[in-house]
Amino acid sequence: MSATPFRPSAADFAPATNRSARDAQLRPSLSYWQDAWQRLRRNTRAVASLAVVVLFVLFAVAGPWLWRADPAAQDVNQISRGPGPALAARIVEPYAAWAGVTVPALPDGGPTTPVDLRLADAPTTEAVRLQWEPGQGAAGYRVYRNLYDPSPDRALGLPLAEIFDPKRVSFEDRFDLHPERYWYSVVALNAKGDETHDYAGLVVQPELATSAADAASFGWIADATAVRVGDVVALPYHPLGTDYLGRDMLARLMYGARVSLFIGFVAPFLFVLLGIVYGSAAGFTGGRVDQLLMRFADFVLALPFLLFMILFKIAFGIGPGESGIAPMLIALVLLSWPSTARLVRGQVLQIRGEGYVGASRLLGARTGYLVLRHMIPNTFGVILVTLTFEVPRAIFTEAFLSFIGMGVAPPTASWGSMSNEGIKTMLAHPHELLLPALFISVTVLALNLLGDGLRDALDVRMRGRE
Amino acid sequence: MSRAAARQLLVLGAACVAAFALLLAVLSWAASATGGGAAVGHAVDVAAGTITTSIRYEPPNLDSTRATDATSFMVLTHVIEGLLRYDVAGNVVPGVAERWDIRPDGATFWLRADSVWSDGKPVTAHDFVFAWRTIVDPATASQYAFILYAVKNGAAINRGDLPRDRLGVHAVDDRTLEVEFENPIAYFDKLVTAQTYLPVREDFYRGREGRYAADVGDLLYNGPFLLTRWVHGASLKFEKNPSYWNRDAVRLNAVDLAYLTRDAVARLNLFQDGRIVDVDYLPGEALSQVLQQRWPLGRFDDGSAWFIETNMRPERVTRNVHLRRALLLANDPNELVFKVLKTPSYTPAASLFPAYIKGEHGLFRQEHPPPIVRMDLAAARAELDLAKEDLGMTEIPPLVLVADNSPASVSHTEYLQEHLRRTLGLTIKIDRQEFRQRLAKQEAGEFDITLASWGPDYDDPLTFADLFASWNLNNHARYASTELDAQVRIAQQSVDPHARFAAFAEVQRLLLEDAVIIPAYDRGVLYVQDPRLRGVGRRAVGGTPDYTTAYLVATP
Amino acid sequence: MFGYVLKRLAQGLVTIWFIATATFVAMHAVPGDPLSGEKITNAEIRANVAARYGLDRPILEQYGIYMGAMLRGDFGISYTQQNRRVNDIIRENFPVSATLGVLALAFATFGGILFGALTAIYRNRLPDTVIMFLVIVGISVPSFVLAALAQLGLVTLNSAVGRSLLPVAGWGTVWHMLVPALVLGLSTMAYLTRLMRSSMLEITSSDFVRTARAKGLPPTRIFLKHQLRNAILPVVTVLGPQVALITTGGFVVELVFAIPGLGRYYVEAVQQLDYTVIMGTTVFYGAFLVLMVIAVDIVYGFIDPRVAVE
Repeated sequence: MSATPFRPSAADFAPATNRSARDAQLRPSLSYWQDAWQRLRRNTRAVASLAVVVLFVLFAVAGPWLWRADPAAQDVNQISRGPGPALAARIVEPYAAWAGVTVPALPDGGPTTPVDLRLADAPTTEAVRLQWEPGQGAAGYRVYRNLYDPSPDRALGLPLAEIFDPKRVSFEDRFDLHPERYWYSVVALNAKGDETHDYAGLVVQPELATSAADAASFGWIADATAVRVGDVVALPYHPLGTDYLGRDMLARLMYGARVSLFIGFVAPFLFVLLGIVYGSAAGFTGGRVDQLLMRFADFVLALPFLLFMILFKIAFGIGPGESGIAPMLIALVLLSWPSTARLVRGQVLQIRGEGYVGASRLLGARTGYLVLRHMIPNTFGVILVTLTFEVPRAIFTEAFLSFIGMGVAPPTASWGSMSNEGIKTMLAHPHELLLPALFISVTVLALNLLGDGLRDALDVRMRGRE
Repeated sequence: MSRAAARQLLVLGAACVAAFALLLAVLSWAASATGGGAAVGHAVDVAAGTITTSIRYEPPNLDSTRATDATSFMVLTHVIEGLLRYDVAGNVVPGVAERWDIRPDGATFWLRADSVWSDGKPVTAHDFVFAWRTIVDPATASQYAFILYAVKNGAAINRGDLPRDRLGVHAVDDRTLEVEFENPIAYFDKLVTAQTYLPVREDFYRGREGRYAADVGDLLYNGPFLLTRWVHGASLKFEKNPSYWNRDAVRLNAVDLAYLTRDAVARLNLFQDGRIVDVDYLPGEALSQVLQQRWPLGRFDDGSAWFIETNMRPERVTRNVHLRRALLLANDPNELVFKVLKTPSYTPAASLFPAYIKGEHGLFRQEHPPPIVRMDLAAARAELDLAKEDLGMTEIPPLVLVADNSPASVSHTEYLQEHLRRTLGLTIKIDRQEFRQRLAKQEAGEFDITLASWGPDYDDPLTFADLFASWNLNNHARYASTELDAQVRIAQQSVDPHARFAAFAEVQRLLLEDAVIIPAYDRGVLYVQDPRLRGVGRRAVGGTPDYTTAYLVATP
Repeated sequence: MFGYVLKRLAQGLVTIWFIATATFVAMHAVPGDPLSGEKITNAEIRANVAARYGLDRPILEQYGIYMGAMLRGDFGISYTQQNRRVNDIIRENFPVSATLGVLALAFATFGGILFGALTAIYRNRLPDTVIMFLVIVGISVPSFVLAALAQLGLVTLNSAVGRSLLPVAGWGTVWHMLVPALVLGLSTMAYLTRLMRSSMLEITSSDFVRTARAKGLPPTRIFLKHQLRNAILPVVTVLGPQVALITTGGFVVELVFAIPGLGRYYVEAVQQLDYTVIMGTTVFYGAFLVLMVIAVDIVYGFIDPRVAVE
């Protein structure tokens, strides 16, 4: 504070001019919503969050027009592939069954272990054909495959087959082949069916291959006659990889966004609205009506969600082939409103006792005005927090229903059902879990920050602070 | 901040910490009170001869007269012994009966003297008579009563036409059991190994007043192990039975089933942490973890056959044989198993009868190969055109596929939906249902095609062959073929193995020619097991896993 | 006060009766029945089984019989666990869920109030940002993902140190429940944090706090006596139903951590359409919830004198 004492002069006593214009310059007259919007705009976190939410809605609505992959199409040659560059496959003859190799007799001498494990044919992802020389005295063989070197601790890996005929010295592997390195092992079995300790091993890296007819039926090439054996064709490109059935992750995330955001936005919006109306009615009216309304809310709160979920599925005729989003939405709305109603009622009861409400009432305000002007705006903070929490909760309810196998019907995707599928392959193919989980998290984060911003913007007591 | 305020905060913080410590102490007491003393041991204790493992489900019913599920059978295999049992290689060996004689019209079992119940009284022929009569008694409402229909008057008593004491089984004396057959039966020795044929002692059963087998103390034991702990929903424990007649052959002292969860990832985590000795029913998705950890993998057939059943009720389009054949010809079980389900223990199916089924001498599959159906899209499309012509339709309406919601079913049905769209241009509507609702829909015929499976009830191909007999309630397709019914009758009543297997081969042919079923896969089970544990019996029929023959070695 | 509680309890009984009736109607409206099993191969066996469980009687008669038994406190015998009484299932498994739930709630309430107050005090500063980020991570990961990740973390930790620091799954000691309780309570904690922060901010800008500050009360006193006490109101409202929800068990946590609680029974009973277990668990949960709601309303009166209990 300045130390100079204040000395009035004559000028201080001159009448002020154009008072209203000066006031308007200082602080423009703004409506409640304009004011809120202005304050929201100044909050960078909230604006960024709003942008993210809008972006995700665009991703869901417009995305499928830009990225035209079919979310249900299964690319069985590229199952559970991580994000990465496009692959190309060599065209080979159509797969034909292999008769295998049988030797007329077993050798008299030599080791029991099968020897000279080798390829009978060029290895492709269609089939890897192995053959070996029989072991003396073997009663059969067991064939293993590993992704890692089995030595030194004899970790042979996946048991692919048991062959009980010792003269049968070949095996055709078609199990889930990818263009990567495999360690094959063949072990002899003795008469009791036990394994001998030694094994014959071979390292194989199959080439990604397909037949012309398959390539045409999957739509990679227009015409099966246009390519010849030995040609290389490009496989469909999956920028974010594929899921456990070889479906394009990007397309599924887009279509999944439609389901998750629809459930996540529409359901909470509806039931929070219902809860506000119900709760403020109960809280404001009070007395017997309040009691009755709240007992009904308790009743609804205690209803078993799962059972009624199944019931809604049947009651609303959600038949085979439909996505099952509608009954989920109805069940969510009809069963989830009581917690919001209780919260709003509690707040209304609290505000009802505030001085300004009494003053307003004394000035002759009607009930509707009191509720709309005083009660609801003053509960906005709590309601917004509820809403920003109910959005992920709705998304998770849908995900939980997927977890117990009662979510959206296949092949409809949702972020929840995608993370549920992804968790099973969490260690092997983390992208199948991380991508949908990331989308859920970012959405929830954005909504929370936006909710905070809105809360601050709508709170009249925050005016002029920040 | 003032000093008073700081002191206030300090007091508040101390109060919080104290409250939390008190809470932990109370909860610690509560946890041990409700836990029943489980879930602390290591997977294997070689010196003590004990192992710890997990089970996937709570046993629903240990009352052998009413049990129908694999978990209960697994427990019963360990704690109660019937007339005959299986050894580790799957051969029928003596149990309570030391000798037996099976004739075309009946059988006699001579019981050993040293088989005793856990209260010290001997197991007598009367215990078998009581158990078997109780099963066919309509008031018991045993779902497995039909397994006793092999015994004379079993079906009539179960219908309520005859009193229960008219069942064709008698105790000649305490140690001789005489059985009369309804019809000649070729596989009674295998049938008797079923847990449904286990003995129940009458005075004990009646003494429990409807609570028989409800808890550890509500059951009598005569098997290799005693059930010494059963915390419902949590854990069970087997301990070696010191009065078992063949106690020297039992080498484990205790088996602690300390964890109950069907979550495969959780069980693998317990295995990795050295808490449990084995994990079965590994999902295909877990394999890369197993390979990375370098754990030895094993597999066995759980016996069940999985297939698509087509609905032949008159109001369904699938009544048209050409449409069904089109579906069959477009089917590629290899692609399904190798590329979609990706569980190496599953084998692509070729018939209703799984590949492991034994024939007259070797394997049934080799003696009577099923008609080979290979995927042939040109032929499938030709059949589809015929079907459209027959039905007078330009497009086949969407087909409803009813299935349950297990992970394998979800993958399977989603793949099938896409596969049939791509190959035949058919629209499939998947109707995914909970287990009970799926059964209700299958029974009511509310499907065009449905994913079904069948696991064997006893060790004879008949358990599969009579599935599509016109009288069987599990014939959801409502396939009614006099030809197939006749073959099933032959298999039921003949004792000539050659004629029986020829009849099974005919059943196999009819089901594929009429495209009643579209084979998918024979289910096998993958498991990991601590290399120090050996000799565990894992099989398709009867309780599995069977630890009665298991033993421990100090170093793998 | 006493009369009020009695009245509320009487109303609660009516609510429970409504719940029981609605559930009964709903579960019988769902196709299938608990006895449809794959192993019933002929019609005679089917009829025997239906007769034993009384499912062949008219639905109203079944309703009458069931309600009569329930009034005597007997929930009947489970259909899927054929020798177990539903009363025993609740008696044996609810304490497990409750034990775990109490710890989860302790984490949630303590953490929620503490973090909520902290974020409000340090609004838009570093502690606020850090805590809110953690909270959002807590609520934006589905519970089944969180449970699986937590367990994976435990296994990795144990194998890294070469011995079992904490058990991976199971039940029996307090060590078994630390991680599951944290997973179970995390979303409630996050919810309470947010709620607490929001209502704290509102209180901070209210007149009586300003007055208290103006008359020179120490900040701690303002915080404890004015802000905390008023801000805790919505937390109490939410906590009531949450207590019932959490202590009756979380299905995901119980499945993943192999905990023998009640939550698993409820979900599995619905899936298996086990009529008696569905009824028993629903009515039990309903009664618990109604009690908690009454408790909250009474506590409300104590915390906030403006809200009379009448």
